[in-house]
Amino acid sequence: MPDFPDTRPVAVETHGIEKSFGDGAAKLLVLKQVSLTVCKGEILMLVGPSGCGKTTLLSIIGGTLRPDCGEVTAFGQPLHRMRSSELTRFRAGHIGFIFQQFNLIPTISCAENVAVPLLIAGVRSSVAIRKARETLGLVGLADRAKDRPGFLSGGQQQRVAIARALVHEPPMVICDEPTAALDASNGEIVMNLLAGVARSGDRAVMVVTHDNRIFSYADRIARMDDGRIIEVRDAAAGHGRHFLHELPH
Amino acid sequence: MFRLAIQMLFGDIAKYLMLVVGLFFATFLIVQQASVFCGLMRWTTSTLRNVPAPIWVVEEQVEQVNETNPLRDTDVGRVRSVSGVAWAMPLYSGIQRVRLDDGSFKTVQLIGIDAASLAGAPPRMLEGNLESLRLPNTVVIDELATARLSPVKGGRLKIGDQFEINDIEARVVGICDADRSFTGGPYVWTIYERALQYSPPQRKMLSAVIAGPVAGVEPLEAAREIQRVTGLRAYVTGKSGGDDENFAWSTIWWYVRNTGIPISFGTTVIVGFIVGVAIACQTFYAFVLDNLRYLGALKAMGMSTWRLSAMLMVQALTVGCIGFGLGLFATAGFARAALENKQPPFFMPAVVPAGAFAVIIIICFLAAMLGIWRIARYEPAMVFRA
Repeated sequence: MPDFPDTRPVAVETHGIEKSFGDGAAKLLVLKQVSLTVCKGEILMLVGPSGCGKTTLLSIIGGTLRPDCGEVTAFGQPLHRMRSSELTRFRAGHIGFIFQQFNLIPTISCAENVAVPLLIAGVRSSVAIRKARETLGLVGLADRAKDRPGFLSGGQQQRVAIARALVHEPPMVICDEPTAALDASNGEIVMNLLAGVARSGDRAVMVVTHDNRIFSYADRIARMDDGRIIEVRDAAAGHGRHFLHELPH
Repeated sequence: MFRLAIQMLFGDIAKYLMLVVGLFFATFLIVQQASVFCGLMRWTTSTLRNVPAPIWVVEEQVEQVNETNPLRDTDVGRVRSVSGVAWAMPLYSGIQRVRLDDGSFKTVQLIGIDAASLAGAPPRMLEGNLESLRLPNTVVIDELATARLSPVKGGRLKIGDQFEINDIEARVVGICDADRSFTGGPYVWTIYERALQYSPPQRKMLSAVIAGPVAGVEPLEAAREIQRVTGLRAYVTGKSGGDDENFAWSTIWWYVRNTGIPISFGTTVIVGFIVGVAIACQTFYAFVLDNLRYLGALKAMGMSTWRLSAMLMVQALTVGCIGFGLGLFATAGFARAALENKQPPFFMPAVVPAGAFAVIIIICFLAAMLGIWRIARYEPAMVFRA
């Protein structure tokens, strides 16, 4: 499987991953021998038609799903061998999640939403809220800390979600269609933030997207089809622009 | 995280209120009905509190205080002769009809007590002098009787007023405080000999012998000795003795066994439980489903199923405590009205709210378990597919 060699340190590595859903005649093989490397400090975008296995691969790399076979090593830890409780701890400490629909809890303030990963990690509430306010400042929403998410625009809500994904300083951020619910300008703001996250924090950022407007932010783009990675191109070397035109819009 | 759980709960006002209302109704139904049942059972033993005596000696087949199988007059002497018995006095207890000035009749619970000792007299006089009972044709009545036996609607009998029992004059010389009887009739005290005059003659008229033990002897011990020596049934009152030796418990169990009262009240209590379970489980499950994407996101972000379960348990127990508190408050309002009006019967021993709280906790636990079952089956990866 083509995968660009990279001089940057490896964050996540998968080898020969397979994943199927259902049983018997209804069994559907979603991932077929997928191997992929995600490096620190890069934005890797997973693209491809609906149902090609992007989100399944993202879930496995994020430790929310187990592969049927193959190996997943993230930050030196073999996720495929971990027990459920170990995976839960791994996610809490290593992964920041950004969801398409934000999934901000509507009944609590933005600062409290951002503080959730710290509370999960066992940080005291007052400390967590203080840190959450600081992180909201980094995404330009310090003045909305006390507001509930419902009072914010879609773009602002996604920025709150980014703050939530970063507040506990995870080495990897996983994004599922982060700009799908946003207009062009808000999508640009969000992607600039994520690019900054990848570069300044030396974090691995993995983005599943259909949104061709944001391909220019990728360092590498992995194209999937029918459960396989059929191509990985180095966007920073100019392949990305070309690749952009090849993808189905 | 528990604060987060509470905020999520209070944030969904509609479901929160629905849960509280369901548990409120369950609590109210359970506590109110159980308390009315306890009050009714307490009414069955009112005579024991209105006619205080450590030991009641009755005919050997008698199981409850409202049942009268007359004894022979000589049985008073037989009881007195038992070692360990300090005193024993005759007692008449029966339902008689009072004729009012307007010609109407009312039933009363007539109590005849020993004239010399006045053993079995009401414990608390409100007006008048108990010793005036020794005067001819005199009675002491309870507060209910002042209204019930008044010839004027809305009026009250006073000391010095008169009525007739079996065409014999009865003049009120005292008013006392007394528990209401199970039959609903007011209590009227007089001396034993006059009670026999007020009542239609029968071959045997002695309803019971009330007795007390000598100093240093427990009532239960004396009662067992009376039973052994005389062959009569001797019960103790108060808190001593088992169910078949304590007259109050023996009376209550007789009503439980021989009437449909427990089934009627028990059915309502079960309905309360079912209402609570149905509303709480259905609403809480809907609440969990509505919040599934957020709970799933928390799970994806590294919150363990145990902590999520604890959050759901905290939410369920919070609405349980609030619903229970409101239900108990409403029951207290009902109780206040019931106690002021002296009906319906209401008695809430500590075991009733404690038991109801346990039931509400069980309901909340069941509701939380439904949610926990759902969230435990929720794969964190599913949050990406929402």
